[in-house]
Amino acid sequence: MQKIGVFVCHCGTNIAGTVDVKAVAEALGKEPGVVFSTEYQYMCSEAGQNLIKDAIKNYGLTGIVVCSCSPRMHEATFRKTAAAAGLNSYMVEIANIREQCSWIHKDVKVATEKAIVLGRTAIAKVALNTPLTASETPVVKRALVIGGGIAGIQTALDIADAGYEVDLVEKEPTIGGKMAQIDKTFPTLDCAACILTPKMVDCAQNEKIHIYAYSEVESVKGFVGNFNVTIKKKARFVDETKCTGCGICTEKCPMKKTPNLFNLGLDNRSAIYIPFAQAIPKIATIDADYCNMLKNGKCGVCSKVCAAGAIDYKQQDQYIEQQYGAIVVATGFNPIKLDNYSEFAYNESPDVVTSLELERLMNAAGPNGGTLLRPSDKTHPHTIVFVQCVGSRDTTDCGKPYCSKICCMYTAKHAMLIRDKYPDTEVYVFYMDVRTPGKNFDEFYRRAVEDYGVHYIKGMVGKVMPQPDGKLLVRGSDLLTDEQLKIEADMVVLAAAIEPDKTARPLATMLTASMDTNDFFTEAHPKLRPVESPTAGIFLSGVCQGPKDIPETVAQASAAAAKVIGLLAKPALKSNPCTAHSDENLCNGCSSCERVCPYGAISYVDKEFRMPDRTTKVRRVASVNPAVCQGCGACTVACPSGAMDLSGFSNKQIMAEVDAICR
Amino acid sequence: MLTSKEKEQIIRSSGADVTKCMRCGKCSGACPSYDEMEYHPHQFVYFVEKDQIEKLLNSPSIYKCLGCSVCSERCPRDVGPSKIVEAVLAMAVRRQDENHLKAENIPGMVEDDTPGQLLVSAFRKYKK
Amino acid sequence: MSMNEFKPKIVAFCCNWCSYAGADLAGTNRLNYPADVKIIRVPCSCRVNPMFILRAFQRGADGVILCGCHPGDCHYTTGNYYARRRMTMLFSMLDYLGIEKERTRVEWVSAAEGAKFAAVMNDFVKTVTELGENKRLEDLRCKK
Repeated sequence: MQKIGVFVCHCGTNIAGTVDVKAVAEALGKEPGVVFSTEYQYMCSEAGQNLIKDAIKNYGLTGIVVCSCSPRMHEATFRKTAAAAGLNSYMVEIANIREQCSWIHKDVKVATEKAIVLGRTAIAKVALNTPLTASETPVVKRALVIGGGIAGIQTALDIADAGYEVDLVEKEPTIGGKMAQIDKTFPTLDCAACILTPKMVDCAQNEKIHIYAYSEVESVKGFVGNFNVTIKKKARFVDETKCTGCGICTEKCPMKKTPNLFNLGLDNRSAIYIPFAQAIPKIATIDADYCNMLKNGKCGVCSKVCAAGAIDYKQQDQYIEQQYGAIVVATGFNPIKLDNYSEFAYNESPDVVTSLELERLMNAAGPNGGTLLRPSDKTHPHTIVFVQCVGSRDTTDCGKPYCSKICCMYTAKHAMLIRDKYPDTEVYVFYMDVRTPGKNFDEFYRRAVEDYGVHYIKGMVGKVMPQPDGKLLVRGSDLLTDEQLKIEADMVVLAAAIEPDKTARPLATMLTASMDTNDFFTEAHPKLRPVESPTAGIFLSGVCQGPKDIPETVAQASAAAAKVIGLLAKPALKSNPCTAHSDENLCNGCSSCERVCPYGAISYVDKEFRMPDRTTKVRRVASVNPAVCQGCGACTVACPSGAMDLSGFSNKQIMAEVDAICR
Repeated sequence: MLTSKEKEQIIRSSGADVTKCMRCGKCSGACPSYDEMEYHPHQFVYFVEKDQIEKLLNSPSIYKCLGCSVCSERCPRDVGPSKIVEAVLAMAVRRQDENHLKAENIPGMVEDDTPGQLLVSAFRKYKK
Repeated sequence: MSMNEFKPKIVAFCCNWCSYAGADLAGTNRLNYPADVKIIRVPCSCRVNPMFILRAFQRGADGVILCGCHPGDCHYTTGNYYARRRMTMLFSMLDYLGIEKERTRVEWVSAAEGAKFAAVMNDFVKTVTELGENKRLEDLRCKK
């Protein structure tokens, strides 16, 4: 007979405010098997935990039920408490009377009744719990970082620094990401390339880091400590081991009319290319969509001029398989497409640009060599209008409901840089709110207004109309003067919202990591575990988790690295003991369970059984490998003979819960 | 704060949720009739939220609105200022005790060169 | 028992990774739904044996709802597909037995969809309340 203790938590007034905790403790005390029942203000506090420990010892409890917050919050805490008092940690059940009761019901009577039902459900379950012991699995001492932007670079560097092998996978031909395209960084205005490229070089030179550029993750199998990943190395048509990055091929290539994607299509490059001078790895890549040789077999100039003989038109995609203990997602972001915002004339006029395009236009390595010129006629712009929140904070289908966070600051930066370099240029910024939380951020924005004379206008642009003379007529509201402004601008810069990279969604499916409705990865806990995904062994770095600027991204990248190092440093991982097991006497060897198992954890063994007539008979029975089983329970339902069951969530336990609810 | 009957009625008949407005002013930035109006699209939303409907009812602005709905089209929060202008206008018309324009009378009043959009917006405004 | 007083008994099976977290989020955001819904946490929607649902109806439940991760997002990769197939079969059989198909439901609720969880529960409770008490499968011996 079980001796069960019940502990009802007030959680301050979070639970006690709507649930009569005394009545709950009293009612649950009368349940069969319960020998002790009490309530306390904060069960998770040290005093509360001591209360539990003392009760376990004094009453010889064989199982405990804590009526408190969600098990996702404190199940681990109370399991440790039980273990400290000598009780098996899996003899603990949590009744969720906060998130699923006190917080959603306002009526005390209703909430109390429900809390009692939830409590007795947990009691019915714990009465059937069995002590479980976690087994241990080894950890592969190697990490995978997906995405080679500043987030991925920093994470890889930090992990490598701790002495672990890191593979960095980047889908573009070079690492560097968005930061490589940016000209200057706020709030210090240091040049992005000057602080990024040394880190890229560090990555390339670090012997613990292996860069897979122009590669993508093809499939992910396995689980924390032991992921099995296939990486697709896309064909560059250039032998990486031979190419020296001299760049002669890019000069001689006759296909000069290929849009330069690194400059966002603002100028052209050759079909064989190195994205930018500081690219890592500095290896040429052939753009198969534009190369004449690959399209119709007529050209071959690059192959002729390459002294190293690195060009290989027959190169195929390669697949590499590798084991990892941990995976970091750093897939980053892109500005949204502005096709839905026809009012800003982005598709009509080349002089309406996004902020990222402006970065390239102002960059010394950009299409104009660092001189800001109108894309249409290469003249100097005298009036520039910035429009903030284009697609951000937009709850219609066109945009994104969230604040993209970085736009206020980079717009202030752009405005300031333009006014600094071209004092004859008038700069107008239309804003809804200027959001500058961050160290030295508001001071930076104020400098733009006070020292550089940027015209900030509280309002929004309603329409941009390209004029026959090449000007752009901008119509917008000034809410403070209550006027409608009409500005003849030479250029309009749109602060487009940012969204997670399109590769993130299929990757999340592969990793079984959850995402929110905007396709940002969700963290395990919004406050306390911000760099971990709820899926064990998957970590988050950078904008893939939510909009953030470079300092925050670097901070999060290092935090993710610390978490990875903490995981890889462990000699072995305690695995989840809630795994499936088969009753060999009932199993008829039908293979139904093997077919549904997503992990291949079930195999069949021939086993001798003693029959009633004292003969032995060999039968084929299922056997579960507990190190591989993740405890989903698909097999338990597939089993036609009821032989398969799941520890911690057994058929009997769930039946008992159903009974307790329906009682 | 007690909500007036007028505000409730405006919100009900327009179907607009004024609390969604984040005061960006894009509606007024887009309005082609802005200079003609005393109160502008964003103020219609704000005044309804602040329950100052009398101001709007007595303003000539409600007759200056072209009914082009560009403010609602541009609104990033789906508030729909034009729906509010229409609702206020309808309330003003109702207060005058009778509809000034009846749908069946319109064909007789239309000139050949009247733009179609004007007709549609007139219907939308007055056929309440 | 008049319709106004009728409080249905509803069992909700929620997978640990998405829907249970979604239910927690509904709580964190203080989104109301009727107290008639009682949640049982299971590791995955595919852990729900049709027997559990039959047992619930036998013990007098008026509605059973199964919530899992969105198709393609299952923590165990494929579990919710199994659940979807099994429940389609089970629910059509239950319908044949006289348990109206409105009393049974499968919903996909992600960890981020607290609002959806509350909306689904409100709607389900309303539907079941309108249907009234389930008497078809209830085992009278189970009554006190």
